[in-house]
Amino acid sequence: MVEMVTRPYAGAFEAYALAHPEVLCLSADLTSSCEIDGFRDRHPEQFVSLGMAEQNMMSFAGGLGLAGFRPFLHTFGVFLYRRPYDQLIASVAYPRRKVRLMGFLPGVTTPGGMTHQAIEDISVMRSIPNMTILETGDATEVESICAAADSIDGPVYCRVLRGSVPRLFDSPIEVGRMRELSAGSDVLVVTAGVATEEALRARGALKAAGVSIRHLHINTVKPFDERPLLDHIASVKHGVITLENHVTEGGIGSLVAEIMADHGVGKRLIRLGLKDTYAHGGSRPYLMRHYGLDASALVAGVERLLGRIFGVTEADLDAVRVDAVHSSAKAEAL
Amino acid sequence: MDNAKSTGDVALGIRRRVFEHSIRNNGGYMSQACSAAEQLAWLYNEELRLGEPTLPMIPKPFGGVPSAGNTDYQTGAGYNGPAEPQYDRLFIAPAHYALVAYATLIEVGRMAPEGLEMFNKDGSSVEMIGAEHSPGMEMHNGTLGIGLSTGAGLAWGRRRKGEPGRVWVFMSDGEVQEGQVWEAVQAAAYHAIDNLYAIMDVNAQQCDGAMESVMDARDIRAKFEAFGARCVEIDGHDLEALRQAAREPHPGKPLIILAHTVPYRGMSFLKRRFPRLHYVRFQSEEERADMNGAIAEELGIPPVDYAH
Ligand SMILES: Cc1ncc(C[n+]2csc(CCOP(=O)(O)OP(=O)(O)O)c2C)c(N)n1
Repeated sequence: MVEMVTRPYAGAFEAYALAHPEVLCLSADLTSSCEIDGFRDRHPEQFVSLGMAEQNMMSFAGGLGLAGFRPFLHTFGVFLYRRPYDQLIASVAYPRRKVRLMGFLPGVTTPGGMTHQAIEDISVMRSIPNMTILETGDATEVESICAAADSIDGPVYCRVLRGSVPRLFDSPIEVGRMRELSAGSDVLVVTAGVATEEALRARGALKAAGVSIRHLHINTVKPFDERPLLDHIASVKHGVITLENHVTEGGIGSLVAEIMADHGVGKRLIRLGLKDTYAHGGSRPYLMRHYGLDASALVAGVERLLGRIFGVTEADLDAVRVDAVHSSAKAEAL
Repeated sequence: MDNAKSTGDVALGIRRRVFEHSIRNNGGYMSQACSAAEQLAWLYNEELRLGEPTLPMIPKPFGGVPSAGNTDYQTGAGYNGPAEPQYDRLFIAPAHYALVAYATLIEVGRMAPEGLEMFNKDGSSVEMIGAEHSPGMEMHNGTLGIGLSTGAGLAWGRRRKGEPGRVWVFMSDGEVQEGQVWEAVQAAAYHAIDNLYAIMDVNAQQCDGAMESVMDARDIRAKFEAFGARCVEIDGHDLEALRQAAREPHPGKPLIILAHTVPYRGMSFLKRRFPRLHYVRFQSEEERADMNGAIAEELGIPPVDYAH
């Protein structure tokens, strides 16, 4: 059984911020939902409440950056770029402020429906000059996200997992360095965030089907080091599959496609993720299945790439992790 | 629709349904029922001119998001009746009030009680954060602060087309922290959009607690008036005051009713959690049982028989 860690961000942020007094904790009325309620209560002098006003918070953070502080903004990811996009560009990205955007509930990890689901955030952020993008895929990465983000000389957007988070890795994020989770020779699978856990669920079934998988986990989406990816692509026979908790336009799939095209790599690529659609509200496992972002979607992708049917059923995959609708790990049912 | 029940009874029914649902489901947006029950009961039972529902009493499952290929796509607005010129339209701007809005639809006979059983269930259209396709909703308002602008645009368009129906927007006070709300009032006043009506549940709380401790919005009425709206302040639990407020003359201006409310009204047990009431989740099974007993008694119903 995988170890589950409760509210990993809470302790990690507190420890990091206390060691770095120039770090400020900004919040937009989702303080408990972003696991910084304890920090607010214990360290009010380092906490800045900005209310439900994300556009102002963004430009305000730009001003704090100008004053020499390094603000960490906390809200749901979606509220860090849809409402305050213009402010993000003009107040933060262009002048390269050291503003750390902590985006919670990435992709379909929220039941809140379209208005709460950041499904095109990576695409948007990738196209912004000066922006760095990090994404967490397990508790260890969440625990190391503050230090990783704060090491960036400029603005950075992070997709942060919260609540009850599995521990998959034992070493912290090293910015710019992908993780090689398996070194097979048939198919290269590239994942990030919660999609990595899904790919791991399919590992046993794919092995049983006789497919040798090479699996990479990405935590630094931008800037991206192309060379190791190209080497990995070169070492598999059949091609590449990307799986992401995001639309397939502009995210990890596009990133891999661009690199392959730029370097004339003539291998097949299958991009799995939300296919040019919005999502609706529901539980994470249900949505991941409904929109083809889960382990079985990956198996189907491998079948498509290899032109073979494995007859893998849900029972052959590792169990889905179902979060409780209500748990002490989160503030609301959201 | 004929008023089979008194508005007071509808309000009581809303509180009972939201309470039962929350006890059974281990938590919910209960305080919003306490603060907004009279407002939504009054709107649906008396003030709004709405036609008969056009959608089935038992909501259909989620039918897909809008796309060119989804030709059967429907919003949930049909629960408020057809979009005909003579009828009013209503937006629930803070979409987390959906549970309260669904309970209201049931109480006024526009949705079957089974609809609430589908709340937040995978594959259902009765979403936790009211979606465009959820019963009684016409817009995706889960991103707060956008509802009044859409209402203003719809009202402008309806006036241009000579439609007598009004546009009502139910708002929350937290929304005023978003700049867009002020842009909406400014535009509605500039364009003299007086077929636009808003009623705001001023319960003085938001997710993090008391509004004045999170981001003080100060004198909302004075600000709305300064931006060009006609604004009246009332006790939002007083039905007579609600009726009077809507009669306030407001030529050439939108009318905004600030309904001051208590987010534990009718469920006094919740007072001990005030002002951290945005979402009520039980801290222990013991608290759940205590709450069940105390609130059921206050609402005049037997305690909920829930699965432990
Ligand atoms: C643009 C935007 N920012 C943040 C949120 C998250 N959120 C949901 S409700 C809410 C504030 C709640 O205050 P209020 O609207 O007054 O509702 P009440 O607590 O009285 O139910 C927030 C910040 C959101 N839905 N939309």
